[in-house]
Amino acid sequence: MATLTLVQAINLALRLEMKRDKKVIVLGEDVGVDGGVFRVTEGLLKLYGPERVIDTPLAETGIIGSAIGMAVGGIKPVAEAQFDGFSIPMIDQLYSHAARIRNRSRGRFTCPLVLRIPCGGGIRALEHHSESPETFFCHIPGLKVVVPSTPYDAKGLLSAAIRDSDPVIYLEPKKLYRAIKEEVPENDFTVPIGKAIVRREGTDVTLIAWGAMVQECLKAAEGAKASCEVIDLRSLKPLDIETITASVQKTGRVIVVHEAPKTCGFGAELSALIQEKSFLSLKAPVTRVTGLDIIIPLPKLEHYYFPSADKIAKAIENTINY
Amino acid sequence: MPLKTLAKFEVPYLQILNEHGKVDGRLMPKLSDKDVLYLYETMVYGRLLDKTCLSLQREGRMYTYPSSEGQEAAQAGSAFALKPEDWMFPYFREICSHIVRGLPPEKYLLYWMGDERGQQIPENINNFMICVPVATQLPHAVGMAYALKYQKKKSAVLVYLGDGATSKGDFHEAMNLAGVWNLPVVFLCNNNQYAISTTLDKQTASKTLAQKAIAYGLSGIQVDGNDAFAVYKATLDAVNSARSGGGPTFIEAFTYRLGDHTTADDASKYRSAKEVEEWRKKDPITRLQKYLEEKKLWTQAYQKKLEEGIQKKINDIVKAAEGIEPQPVESIFNFTYSEMDWNLKEQLNSIK
Repeated sequence: MATLTLVQAINLALRLEMKRDKKVIVLGEDVGVDGGVFRVTEGLLKLYGPERVIDTPLAETGIIGSAIGMAVGGIKPVAEAQFDGFSIPMIDQLYSHAARIRNRSRGRFTCPLVLRIPCGGGIRALEHHSESPETFFCHIPGLKVVVPSTPYDAKGLLSAAIRDSDPVIYLEPKKLYRAIKEEVPENDFTVPIGKAIVRREGTDVTLIAWGAMVQECLKAAEGAKASCEVIDLRSLKPLDIETITASVQKTGRVIVVHEAPKTCGFGAELSALIQEKSFLSLKAPVTRVTGLDIIIPLPKLEHYYFPSADKIAKAIENTINY
Repeated sequence: MPLKTLAKFEVPYLQILNEHGKVDGRLMPKLSDKDVLYLYETMVYGRLLDKTCLSLQREGRMYTYPSSEGQEAAQAGSAFALKPEDWMFPYFREICSHIVRGLPPEKYLLYWMGDERGQQIPENINNFMICVPVATQLPHAVGMAYALKYQKKKSAVLVYLGDGATSKGDFHEAMNLAGVWNLPVVFLCNNNQYAISTTLDKQTASKTLAQKAIAYGLSGIQVDGNDAFAVYKATLDAVNSARSGGGPTFIEAFTYRLGDHTTADDASKYRSAKEVEEWRKKDPITRLQKYLEEKKLWTQAYQKKLEEGIQKKINDIVKAAEGIEPQPVESIFNFTYSEMDWNLKEQLNSIK
């Protein structure tokens, strides 16, 4: 078994899925010769040729719009948005079309595409390169949204996404691309979409996160006096409400952590769902540790914006002492 | 150093059947009498069905509806150039194209009556769904063309758009991709000169829309959109070229929308009755009728019989569309995903 980074695990998943199914093709800006700006698609062009690994013109709408046509036409596009901030023009095609094709045609057509988006911040990137757009996608009926936080899940979730028959948004936390390594089986496996995982068991407070924030939660949990349970959602839509409910009914306290702005962030949805499902189990209000309702600052001040283990630690203390 | 000319371009224009019903024999495509009668009868059928839709809307039996009146030649002529294995991506004003492509007509009515099943295209028909957001269908057609080429299928894609669509980013990205990837796709622009109230001179500073093709490395041609023969020939040449690896083509069918934009619009606010009257003289059906009459293929008795037959068919279509059993409440959830998750199941139960 190889020890892989998140980038290598995604690359391996793409290699294997393309080998497994000739219908799988990759398209995006600089994904071919350059191997992607993050090297996620490195080596694919050499293995599978330019018909299956397409260096597209610089055209986000064209990339996702043509991927929709490809998916309807019986091939399996795995499109890349080069950066989170550049996925925004794609929302029109996803919202107006990809997400609705099955419903509008009453099942005659489906749109099984995957859109990979490097996302999140805290890496001193340029403007428009540190965004967390997951809420936009979660708000669209018909899309599935997944976010791996480990190399193992990155591979398994991407394989699952590629084999899924609905459009899947696959968010890749840039901060974790090379931050952690773990053993990833080289054989065929999937991580089912819609299943969260408890990364750390605890009894006093439940920390819920996805992507890069899972690591921050684990750090905070490590240093906390309270016994913290950490749930890595992995899949935001569909959501694993059972795992959340079981944990909340055990601990009675919840902190949701995400990088996106607080207002209407996915934490708001979780917070509402938790009180709907587990009101009588709650010993304290559901707390959110999130990005701020401001434009993400440029690198010199960005540390103020992002949730951190310290901010989470403070929230744990407040929640326990409520 | 003196300026050099790097490239020169021309924008061809094709008209075969003029407004008086006279044909330029040298340009006439190979069409049997049966073919021409089929085109004529389809256009008459389209116009009568369109009229029926307008009446149904006025009577509250249909919702907002966009009339195709005046654009029948551009629709029927282009769709007739396709083979069944080709793909057709319509926009929203395309009644004759749907008829030619064999969409069960009650489905066309159903959609505008507010029933999703209108867009449930039968499995054996390679039509995609009506597209309401302007120009957004264009990249889909490009992707379909890529999929066909990738799967080594020898078929082409015909995608429709209006003049307003040429101002949108989706149009430019789709045209560019089609050119770069040399795909078997044909863009057919129904330039009816109005995007709701917006006239062509407010839409673009280009002299023609056809010339927009040139910048993307596509062939571009303007045809008389009220001339079914010209539209047919240009589309046939384009799909033949597409199927044999010749790449994409952009066809501007210059036509006129005789009716309002939709039943929610009043075109008299932004154009004169005189202008509409001038374009009525160029009616695509009238000129084809004159041509047929000249060829002794048309008489008043034939027309009467034709219209009676169509009317009978339309009565049955309306009956079929209105008589369909209602969809169960589950149907609004069932097709959101391949499977319903707990959340949708809860929401379904909450409204049952």
